[in-house]
Amino acid sequence: MSHPSGPPAWTWIPAAGGAFFLGVPLVAMGLSTEWSDFWGLITSESSKAALILSIKTALASTIVCLILGVPLALVLSRTQSKLLASFRPLLLLPLVLPPVVGGMALLATFGRRGLLGQQLETLGISVAFSTIAVVMAQVFVSLPFLVLTLEGSLRSAGKRYEEIAATLGASPSTVLFRVTLPLVLPGLAAGGILSFARALGEFGATITFAGSLQGITRTMPLEIYLQREVDPNSAIALSMLLVVLAAVVMYTVHRSQGSKV
Amino acid sequence: MKKIAIFFIAAFALLLGACSSDTDNKADEPQKEVTLTVFAAASLTDTYTELGKKFEDANPGVTVTFNFAGSSDLVAQIQDGAPADVFASADVKNMDKAVEADLVDGEPVLFATNMLQIATPPDNPAKIATFADLAKPDVKLVICAPQVPCGNATQVVAESANVTLSPVSEEQSVTDVLGKVRSGEADAGLVYVTDFAGAGDEVLGIEFPESSAQVNEYPIVALKGSDNSDVAKAFVEFVTSPDAQAVFAAAGFGQP
Repeated sequence: MSHPSGPPAWTWIPAAGGAFFLGVPLVAMGLSTEWSDFWGLITSESSKAALILSIKTALASTIVCLILGVPLALVLSRTQSKLLASFRPLLLLPLVLPPVVGGMALLATFGRRGLLGQQLETLGISVAFSTIAVVMAQVFVSLPFLVLTLEGSLRSAGKRYEEIAATLGASPSTVLFRVTLPLVLPGLAAGGILSFARALGEFGATITFAGSLQGITRTMPLEIYLQREVDPNSAIALSMLLVVLAAVVMYTVHRSQGSKV
Repeated sequence: MKKIAIFFIAAFALLLGACSSDTDNKADEPQKEVTLTVFAAASLTDTYTELGKKFEDANPGVTVTFNFAGSSDLVAQIQDGAPADVFASADVKNMDKAVEADLVDGEPVLFATNMLQIATPPDNPAKIATFADLAKPDVKLVICAPQVPCGNATQVVAESANVTLSPVSEEQSVTDVLGKVRSGEADAGLVYVTDFAGAGDEVLGIEFPESSAQVNEYPIVALKGSDNSDVAKAFVEFVTSPDAQAVFAAAGFGQP
């Protein structure tokens, strides 16, 4: 006698519980949003400034993540060195660290009294309280997302095509741009979008390291946290906007990963 | 509280006299255990923790527990039915909210005041001496955002002093401002006098006369929802007593 394939029937119960737990809070927030006022709430001067700053900084940090993260993922996935491999967990640590700890670490490095900050200060460069500090905080927390996603794609793509291209006389850079990257393009896109999304939601490291000033360092999550104090309705409206943005991002990742298979 | 103590002693003496045969059991019986829940503004954490211990010492059988948070959060929690016996607010505005919502039992009493002070790193790199110095172009000034009480106070002081502040950051809370000054990121910040207590010599406090334009008053009141109304009122009375006032003065609070 054959059984239907798939998980045992009882798993549906905890699965439904999990889905409820994740879904219901978002629905509840949607219900408590004052939709009649929604447009007015999200287009106030401070909201617009926060939204524009968030998108600008998240785009900038995604570009930095790509420039730094693609080579990092390549090195980590293609190296045989045990020493380099032992650094891997360290590099991915920001993934599991509370962002506020990341902010403290950045402060200890780039702050005015920090390890590198002191030297920068004597050169007349000060990153604290600037938009650059926001981007740095975002890169710190989102880079591991890109590296991890891309590294996985690189490993599963394997080295076969690269080796063949090399035997046919292609230089390492030609192999990279003509063979490796096109092969992992879906993974690259997914990693880029994930790190963009993570940057968009960054809060702890930003408030610790960059401060909070409208149009300069106060991104959407910081604006939401501040609005909570005086105008919870506007905080909820802004939160819904971020939920919609995040939903678009997750949907895009889902599609780009789906097309890979 | 003295009255209650005298009452117990008197009752005990009467029992002793009336029926000396079975008093042993009565004497061993523990006093009524009471847990008093006090909702207090975050800036009162240190002083109230100390006062709570003193109150417990003076009133055997009473345990005082605290919920320290922002005053507006506390009012919201009490409104939502959180079990609280006493509410101590960092400003009159939030106490008024509690009074309007008919949550209080009796009149709120003022027990302490607080004022803004300039905080700088110990070496005072921007050489701040007066309130007007904060507006100098090169000074990295950090203040509270106008949306939160300390930022509101900052705005009032700046307006009355006719000084336009251009901060590099508007923080969420006074502790965030102090953190930026302590780490040396900011040249100066505006915080409450009492916030210096925990910072030791990591920050320098600079008084300025303009701060008197905004004196924060701390009211306390017993709450209607309390099951231990007597103890709650006794605690309110204790907080305004000379003993408690000494604790507040040591922490930098002013007298109401």
